[in-house]
Formats: sequence, C-alpha cells, structure tokens
Amino acid sequence: MQPLRTVRSRTVVIPLANVDTDQIIPARFLTTTTKEGLGKQLFADWRYLPDGTPNPGFILNQPCAAECRILVAGRNFGCGSSREHAPWALLDYGIQAVISTEIADIFRSNSLKNGLLPVVVDEPTVTWLIDHPGAELTIDLDAALLTLPTGLTVAFPIEAFARHCLLNGVDELGYLQSKLADIERFEAETATCKR
Amino acid sequence: MAASTLFDKVWKSHEVVPETAATPAVLYIDLHLVHEVTSPQAFSLLRSLKLPVRQPQRTLATMDHSTPTTTDQVFGNVPITLDAAAKQVRQLEQNAAEFGVELFGMRDARRGIVHVISPELGASRPGMTIVCGDSHTSTHGAFGALAFGIGSTEVGHVLATQCLLQRKPKSFAINVEGKLPAGVTAKDLILAIIGKIGVSGGTGHVLEYRGSTIRGLSMEERMTICNMSIEAGARAGMVAPDEVTFAYLEGKPRAPTGRQWDESLARWKTLVSDPGAAFDMSIDIDATAIEPMVTYGTNPGMVVAIGGVIPKPSGDAIHDKALGYMGFQGGDAMLGKPVNTVFIGSCTNGRLEDLEAAASVLRGRKVAPGVHLLIVPGSQEVKRAAEAAGFADVFRAAGADWRESGCSMCLGMNGDTVAAGQYSLSTSNRNFEGRQGVGARTLLASPLTAAASAVRGRITDPREFL
Repeated sequence: MQPLRTVRSRTVVIPLANVDTDQIIPARFLTTTTKEGLGKQLFADWRYLPDGTPNPGFILNQPCAAECRILVAGRNFGCGSSREHAPWALLDYGIQAVISTEIADIFRSNSLKNGLLPVVVDEPTVTWLIDHPGAELTIDLDAALLTLPTGLTVAFPIEAFARHCLLNGVDELGYLQSKLADIERFEAETATCKR
Repeated sequence: MAASTLFDKVWKSHEVVPETAATPAVLYIDLHLVHEVTSPQAFSLLRSLKLPVRQPQRTLATMDHSTPTTTDQVFGNVPITLDAAAKQVRQLEQNAAEFGVELFGMRDARRGIVHVISPELGASRPGMTIVCGDSHTSTHGAFGALAFGIGSTEVGHVLATQCLLQRKPKSFAINVEGKLPAGVTAKDLILAIIGKIGVSGGTGHVLEYRGSTIRGLSMEERMTICNMSIEAGARAGMVAPDEVTFAYLEGKPRAPTGRQWDESLARWKTLVSDPGAAFDMSIDIDATAIEPMVTYGTNPGMVVAIGGVIPKPSGDAIHDKALGYMGFQGGDAMLGKPVNTVFIGSCTNGRLEDLEAAASVLRGRKVAPGVHLLIVPGSQEVKRAAEAAGFADVFRAAGADWRESGCSMCLGMNGDTVAAGQYSLSTSNRNFEGRQGVGARTLLASPLTAAASAVRGRITDPREFL
C-alpha cells in the first residue's frame, strides 16, 4: 500500500443518508475473484440507465465530478453488506476519501485497510459541504484535520494504529505476524479448554 | 471485580494482546467461516505471501451465495448458468484443496447457507469468537458467541494468523419483555427494533438481546433476531446462553460430548451479564405491543405495522426517494398492496421453523394466480427435514417452487432475481434498491406474512389464517 498523507481535491456530493454497499457495488458484480477493475461498476444502478448508457442525472456522470477524489455523503454511508468490493470500487474509480457524519463500521474498517480515508465530521460541517459541492478541500491525515476553502479547519477522529499504517504505507498483517509468539502462547494456554 | 456484560466476558477471554491507545487488541478467533464470494482475494493474499492457513481445523468453508438452487444444476449435469458464479465455485474448491480447509462443496449433504450450517452442526457455540466475510455473521451471537462480519482483507488476516486487530465496541442492551402475540414472530420483533433504533442506531455497538421475551424464544428465533443486528448497524448481537441453547446443542455433530460436554456446560453457564453490569446504551421494548411488520421503503428501518399506513413524504430526501423507487404513495395502507413474487428463505428465515410456519398457512391452500412463490431452504439439512416433515409436499401442492439450498433471491447473485418494477415480499434481511434484482421492489416480512400474502396475492395479515 502507498503511504497516504494528504488528500487535496474538489468534492463530489451524494447528499443521501444510508447509502448502502449494494448501491456502491451491486451484488451481481461480486462474482469476481480479484480486486481489480471494479471502478466501472461503482454505483452501477444509479450511474447507468437500463440500456447501459450513462444516466445524465447522476452526479458522477456530470463534468464537475471529473477528477474529484473526495466523496461527501449523508449519514451512515456504507451500511449493509461486508463486501470489501465497495472500497475497492471507490478506489479504482479514483475516490480517496469519504466524508460523512457517520460511516458504517465494516465499511470503515475495510476502507482503512485499502487506503480509502473515512472522515467523520460534525453535522454542520457536512451540511456546509453538501451545500457547497465541488469545494476544494485538504485532508491532512497526519494532523487529522480537514481544511475547508474558507480556511476553517475541522478535526476528525481516526484510529491511531490505522493512521500509523496509512501514513507509513504498512500493512496490518505484518503487525499481526509480529505477535506470533503471543498467539502461540495464547493457544497453548487455552488448548486445554475446548472452545 | 466489576460486574461484566456477556460481551465483556467473551471479549476478555479472547484478548491475545489487550488494546492500548496506540494499538488495537489482538483478538483470537475460534471459528472462521468461509464462503466463495469474499474469500478468493484472501486466499490470493496468502498465496502471494507464501503463507499457509494457520489453523485449518478452525476454518470451515462452504458455497452459498453464487450457487444455483435448481436440482439439475446442483446435482444433475446441467452447468451453472452464470459463468462467473461457476468460476467462483471452482476457485473455492481449488483454494480449499490447496490450503487444506474443510469444504462443504456443491453436492455435499451438509452444504447450505454458512449461517445456517454452522449452528446445525453444533460448530457455533457459546463464548466463541466467530467471524466470516459476511455481515450476517451476527447470526451466531444467538449462542452467546461474539460473531461479526469482516472484509476480505481481514479474512486473509484470520486465515494467516487466526487473529484480528480490533478496537473494543461499546455495549447496547435491548431489553424485551412480555409475550409476543399470536401471529407475531421473531422477524416482526427485530424489524420493530430496527424501526425504533434506526439503521445506524447500533453503529459501534454490540447488542445484547435480553429479557423474558428473548428467554422464551427458540434458538432459531434467536438466530433470526441476531441475524439482523447488522441492519441496525451493530457490530454484533448476542443472547446469553441458557437451557434452550444447551438443549439445542446437545447431540449436534460437532458439539462436545461426555466429560468435555460437562466442562463446556459449566463454562457456558457463566456466560451471562452480571447483575448490575453497565451497558453504554439501553432500550426497553414491550413485546406485547408488537404487530406483524412490513417494510415499505429501501432500508430495513423503513417499516410499519402491517395494518398501518405508509408514512407521508416528509421532505426527507431518503424517504421521498424510497417511496418513488417503491412506487408507493404516502398515506396508502400496507394491507392489500399487490405482490408479484414471494421469497421464503435466507439466513434470516430459511430454517425449519420458518418453513413450518409457512406450511401452516399454505396447507390446503393455493398460491394466488400470477404470484411466484419461491421457497429455498437454508441448508440441505433443512431441506431433508422439511421433506421428511411433509412441508415440501404442502409447498408443492400449493404451487410453490421448492429448491435446493442457498442465499438465492436474498441478493440474486446466482441469477434467482426479481424483475424490474416487480414487488417481492421477502423473508430476507435487506430491502435495498436493487437488492433482489435491478429495479426490484422488496418488502421484508415474516414467513407467516409471506405465506399469507402469497395465498392472497397481496399484503395480507397472517392473523387472518390463525
């Protein structure tokens, strides 16, 4: 994974609450056995008309969405299924950060493991962002600060270890493997107790 | 020692390394369930790092999401219709063989939906940590296990180390008191709970379902409740094990026996929240006031009592969008809305008691003309039991389509889908836009309500058939 320190981009806004992972990538695309190339199926049922042509009414098909790396969404983004295909699809499309008042647990965890930054901020900030689509933002992961074009900065919570991994481009698996002696000790201690 | 919750106890007993400000806990995983959709990328990770599966005996694989439900595709010589699905099935067969993981493959008599087969084997037991690359892993919390869904990267972590890095979630007590009225099921109760706390009401929390109502439920009913914890956004849902749990487990193929059973039982009996244990949140629910519930919108929290009306547009964008998608007018009655397809099955309501409930309504009756009633057992074991009990004959006589087990129309990955614009009354867990097929309109309800509505061809209160 590449180290991630700063995301600087205009925003694309999907103001709806409870955008679920079936919308982010519908189940019929989950028969893939790899992670690659899912960006073209991102938001497929909103993005394409039944005949497969782009739906001009959907935000990602509008010129203003081009090159946007930050998605702003209503509360509870990424709810539903545990499919990691959701962050894979967002990343493959080019999104690097999602901002909302609330981000669903499994989606947030999956995002952090792939370098997609989940940014949870307060309601007034998200309301401002929804009212100002295309705003140029800077997300500083090291400082855990979001900077609005007005100059206002907003802190966001980020789990310390995930932040460390993202900043340094290191994988959590390496850390888990470094705990092998502890894992073996735990297994030995609990071996007598049939779980 | 401070009073602990059930969740605290299970968490604590699986901490390999406790969490600190800088690092999450290293949590040991007792049982890892694997299916074909979320595991290929994880096995690829192991292969690229030249890592083995660390504890194959704690890993159990099956195929359920992409698998066909027609007998000729499962057991006959007809190839799987969808090429990508067939490839995914073959990939899991290869991965399981290469990594030495036990697989209940396509024609195995023990195959089924992963969340149905593990309990019926006695592999899901009190006090365990259980994970799967599937959000409905919360089902196994019905046994007093800490069970939750994970992504494919984490599937790789568990395969490689048998552990996960986790921050400890908060706790949320759902206290339910009183007897559920006749015709009101566990599905109605959990839909009512989600309607009350909302689809993100449980985010960051592990729910513990408590109280006399929960104590009075069977294991299958508890599984239905815990299964949908994720639909309230919760990390997991749990029920403290009791005599109902122990009676269910005793004699199951993988349950302990003899002296080990006695030792396990003694330990399991300690798995209750201590009197005075503090929860971060709590809510009280009166079970006696709950009615059969039906969803009207595009998430499981958009739900009303079956005799109620669809809420009017409120200016809330998500509500208005949902009504538009569903083709409903605010203020309309739920009762009498037409249905085209009825699906009875899934990890929520695909167990024997669910099929028994459906059979109780369908016995001696016919599915309404023009309605497709698809009944898909949760496992091959459920299928055999339903056939032995005569339920399958009732379904066929009623004109229902009775299939081999799998996830099927819950998410339509295997091609069992609902056509655009059609109304599907479904006993599954998600009514998201397009969940059962592009443009499909899903209404969630109990197996009783589903069967009653299949007979009438419109949303029907099952209490009319009691």
